Amino acid sequence: MQVRRIVIVGASLAGLRAAEGLRRAGFDGELVLVGEETHQPYDRPPLSKAFMRGLPDGTSLELRQSDALAAEWMLGRRAVHLDRQGKRIELSDGSRVPYDGLVIATGSAARTLPEIPTGAAGVHLLRTLDDAVALRRELSGSPRLAVVGGGFIGSELASTCRDLGLDTTVITPLPLLAGPLGPLAEAATARARDHGVHVIEAAVVGADVGDRISGVRLDNGVTVAADVVVVAVGAVAQTGWLQGSGVQLSNGVVCDDTLAVLGLPDAVAAGDVVRWPHPAAGGALLRIEHWTNAAEQATAAAKRLLLGPGAAFAPVPSFWSDQFGIRIQGVGLTALADEAIVVDGDPAGDSFVAEYRSAGRLVGAVVGGAAGSVTALLPYRRELSRLLRAAATS
Amino acid sequence: MRVTVDPNLCQAYGNCVLAAPDFFALDDSSPIVRVIEAEPPESRRAEVEEAVQSCPVEALTLIET
Repeated sequence: MQVRRIVIVGASLAGLRAAEGLRRAGFDGELVLVGEETHQPYDRPPLSKAFMRGLPDGTSLELRQSDALAAEWMLGRRAVHLDRQGKRIELSDGSRVPYDGLVIATGSAARTLPEIPTGAAGVHLLRTLDDAVALRRELSGSPRLAVVGGGFIGSELASTCRDLGLDTTVITPLPLLAGPLGPLAEAATARARDHGVHVIEAAVVGADVGDRISGVRLDNGVTVAADVVVVAVGAVAQTGWLQGSGVQLSNGVVCDDTLAVLGLPDAVAAGDVVRWPHPAAGGALLRIEHWTNAAEQATAAAKRLLLGPGAAFAPVPSFWSDQFGIRIQGVGLTALADEAIVVDGDPAGDSFVAEYRSAGRLVGAVVGGAAGSVTALLPYRRELSRLLRAAATS
Repeated sequence: MRVTVDPNLCQAYGNCVLAAPDFFALDDSSPIVRVIEAEPPESRRAEVEEAVQSCPVEALTLIET
């Protein structure tokens, strides 16, 4: 393949890191980044935390960019169609962008709930900088806040809003952080309650909406009165523009183990949008929404596009979350675990270390505590790397 | 190559320590990451690059020498 022009669809962390990876790997052709948002790539994790508290003057969320990037930015435009024969992307403004090589990094979008009208005043999602700006504006009026969803974003936002002194309720059918923490999620719920959050374990069945939202109705008969409601119920891969393109889609863009897109030549994918087989899950397809995955995957995808198939992309995943006075950090695939063993501290307290095992085999570990506690994860990461290598060669 | 840590940015997430424990460390006595070997050998570039890129607050910089 003569690669003169690479188009990266998606201009967030994965898109930017893919661009940098391509340049580092020696690509000196045309590089085009297409982004739906009007902003240059920025960092999303602070949106639920530092940004809501108010960033200090002079700080920016924009991600650092290498001077050597020399990219053409097509921002404020969405990819709407892929023409596989013509090797062109069609954008929402009608323009067509040809490519020799393609990186799909369209990420994910906030899920919505049919029971809560997203367009109603007082209802917010939290995915983009614009979302965050709109929500922050409303928080300044000291509203009663209801967060629907108990994942990372819902839980972090609840923590931040308690710091801001707001009356904060989290509505979730499962305990907080049930995905990453599994059996220890009850402890996360307990910690949130200790910090004054009303955690209600129930499902949403409706909303009271007049001029604006005034309450959320639950399946236990309770109505939670709220002035501002944030729907934080996870994210869906942004693949609508690839429908009918021949790209294999299944809760994401399905890739092989080197991140090449199945069903489309000369294309790789990176970030939240990717589903790829991971040896730590027995080769099952995974879609990982962690920041670290987007960063790492993009670098690997860039190499794959330029240099052809090499080693399988099989990292030890990792995540972090700052909330309720502690930092929670994890390695591995804790969601695969059938048991969590607390080896130190108290998961509902200020510090703990827990091993996650599936049928007795280590699949992950989580530490909670002060900044720097992460070193407790080092031996687990080493062991998980060793298990991965063994799985890859067996 | 040379690697530096900005003490004003580092928040001890330690992703670099997980990615490249031979080159970065977190000590109990310090609230920021310590660079063990400021000029890593070229043969270890991949893991050092991964460490630099894994920093959530962009506190690490890789300088080509």
